[in-house]
Amino acid sequence: MHPNRTDIARLYESLRLIRRVEEAIADVYPTDRIKSPIHLSIGQEAVSVGVIDTLAPADIVAASYRCHAAYLAKGGDLKAMIAELFGKAAGVAGGKGGSMHLIAPEVNMLGASAVVATQIPLAVGAALTQKMKGTGAIVAVFLGDGATEEGVFHESLNFAALKRLPVLFVCENNGYSIHTPLRARWATDRLTERVATYGLPAARIADGDVFAIRDQAAGFVASIRDGRGPAFMEVQTYRWKEHVGPNADFDAGYRPESEARPWIDNDQLPRLGALIDAEERAAIDARVETAIAEAFAFAEAASPPPLEDLLAHVHA
Amino acid sequence: MSMPECGARVLSYVDALREGITQEMARDPSVLLFGLDVDDHKAIQGSTRGLVDRFGPERVFGTPLSEDAMTGVAIGAAMTGLRPIHVHIRNDFLMLAMNQIVNVAAKAHSMYGGRVSVPLVIRSIIGKSWGQGAQHSQALYPLFMHVPGLKVVLPSTAHDAKGCMIAAIRDDNPVIFIEHRLLYFTETEVPEAPYAVEPGRARICAAGDAATVVGISNAARDCLRARALLQDTGITCEVIDPIWLSPLDTDTILASAARTKRLLVVDNGWTTCGAGAEIIARVLERAGPGAGIQVDRMGFAPTPCPTTPWLEADFYPQPERIARKVLCMVTGRDDDWTPNAAARQQSEDIAFKGPF
Repeated sequence: MHPNRTDIARLYESLRLIRRVEEAIADVYPTDRIKSPIHLSIGQEAVSVGVIDTLAPADIVAASYRCHAAYLAKGGDLKAMIAELFGKAAGVAGGKGGSMHLIAPEVNMLGASAVVATQIPLAVGAALTQKMKGTGAIVAVFLGDGATEEGVFHESLNFAALKRLPVLFVCENNGYSIHTPLRARWATDRLTERVATYGLPAARIADGDVFAIRDQAAGFVASIRDGRGPAFMEVQTYRWKEHVGPNADFDAGYRPESEARPWIDNDQLPRLGALIDAEERAAIDARVETAIAEAFAFAEAASPPPLEDLLAHVHA
Repeated sequence: MSMPECGARVLSYVDALREGITQEMARDPSVLLFGLDVDDHKAIQGSTRGLVDRFGPERVFGTPLSEDAMTGVAIGAAMTGLRPIHVHIRNDFLMLAMNQIVNVAAKAHSMYGGRVSVPLVIRSIIGKSWGQGAQHSQALYPLFMHVPGLKVVLPSTAHDAKGCMIAAIRDDNPVIFIEHRLLYFTETEVPEAPYAVEPGRARICAAGDAATVVGISNAARDCLRARALLQDTGITCEVIDPIWLSPLDTDTILASAARTKRLLVVDNGWTTCGAGAEIIARVLERAGPGAGIQVDRMGFAPTPCPTTPWLEADFYPQPERIARKVLCMVTGRDDDWTPNAAARQQSEDIAFKGPF
């Protein structure tokens, strides 16, 4: 799946949009316009962008609370997302979900879930629906390395493999579960090998290369679409910001800045930017900035939910 | 709970349950049923017998012993257009599924601003007798009543088992459907055509004016037996089965209690933070301070259920104890009344041999 110029420009625009949206969120956060937790994907965008680029619009995406990248890469509406973060009625969930619970049924993104690993079996259930109804759609679910420690991850892999369900599990391994590093949590780092024993193909991408991620995902997606059952990818990556919140936290003492350096040097955003011509890049960048400015202005001007919304939607 | 009319069709609770499921699966191809052992030779005590033959292994299948993930699978399937029925042979096992039930199923519709719904039925069975013990006898429905977004139903008759199952399958919300093992053998008139026993409506099982006695699940039957035991005394209590605990029909219970001035709730579980506490609180809140309604509640002994039959019998609020409680509420006497021997024999619970 050799990327042509159009592919590269598309990937760049998606990476650029996610990066700049999250930088804008971080900038506005100290004003308290967003009165709920945010978990930024800055540094990890290439995983969502590379994988989702291989999906069809009808395919379904599920994500954890660190969901901005997947939401935007899948084509979720930016205005409705920022309005949701601002707690406004025009938000994706009318302000009831916030950053951790983005949802976009119109582009087939399931609601993001904020209890680690809960989204994994939901994605498997969505895959069961696709298989039973014969829609031909597949499901991609993003999860962190911490989620692989939950029992439900293993239960879900087993069931998906048993029933040959159309689901791609994508582990974004950023090395930390909040502040606890892998070495304090795993006796071995052979996650991919462990997963393969459930009876599904599993592959690791160690260098964060967006083209490698996309290639691997494309191969798995084709195999899943052919009815050959689920697959698993472990993508090593790095979170540049704190677990929750807008700041860097290298001064907190649990990880050194030197650990981030290779990942920052290997940032896929400038790498792809350098692969397209300056004029096209400038046009993309301008488009992204305009979209962001419009989204924040929309969210700022949008109305808060009316009080009667408090008890709305307890039941369907 | 009147006797069936001549010529009316009588079914057992388990057959009525299965008929409700079968009719809905035939009507709606998006309904599927799964859970550990739903397709084995015991077929969840008969309640799923024949379903796999009729609807095929795509729609009816046994699962790995993975309550957490399979609950999530059911929710994910429900969010994307299916209507799953997830089956557990014991209510106790739902503790392994609590994260998905409480943190996802109950909240999804609200948390996502109404953009997704979870039409899901979670069946489980309360065990009793033949030494089910501490981990096979629990009736943990108050845990689910506590959480907004869930519906909770415990039908106590064959008629309501079928009607509630059909209502639960057609409901667009997660429904915790709790059956009682001893009810499986009981029979009532059950219409053959599909019908729904809608959420939020209690049933007055027997009329009376001396006291209002509310019984939940199998306790509704025990309350009717207690009412029969009291016949000699001239005391006639009104027995109400709430059927659905969420949403709860407070109106029917309040109207009765306001008339009888006495309200006893017999829980099929522990009384602390139980359904009885909730029912009594709602009735008294609504009735106001001048209503003068005397209240009491009964339930499981405040201990894990013992296995030995010598202790197990005393763990439950038996019909005779319920009758004595009503007598005490009505007369103020706490004497050594005992029912006559014939009535007592009739009130004994169905016993069965295990092992399962």
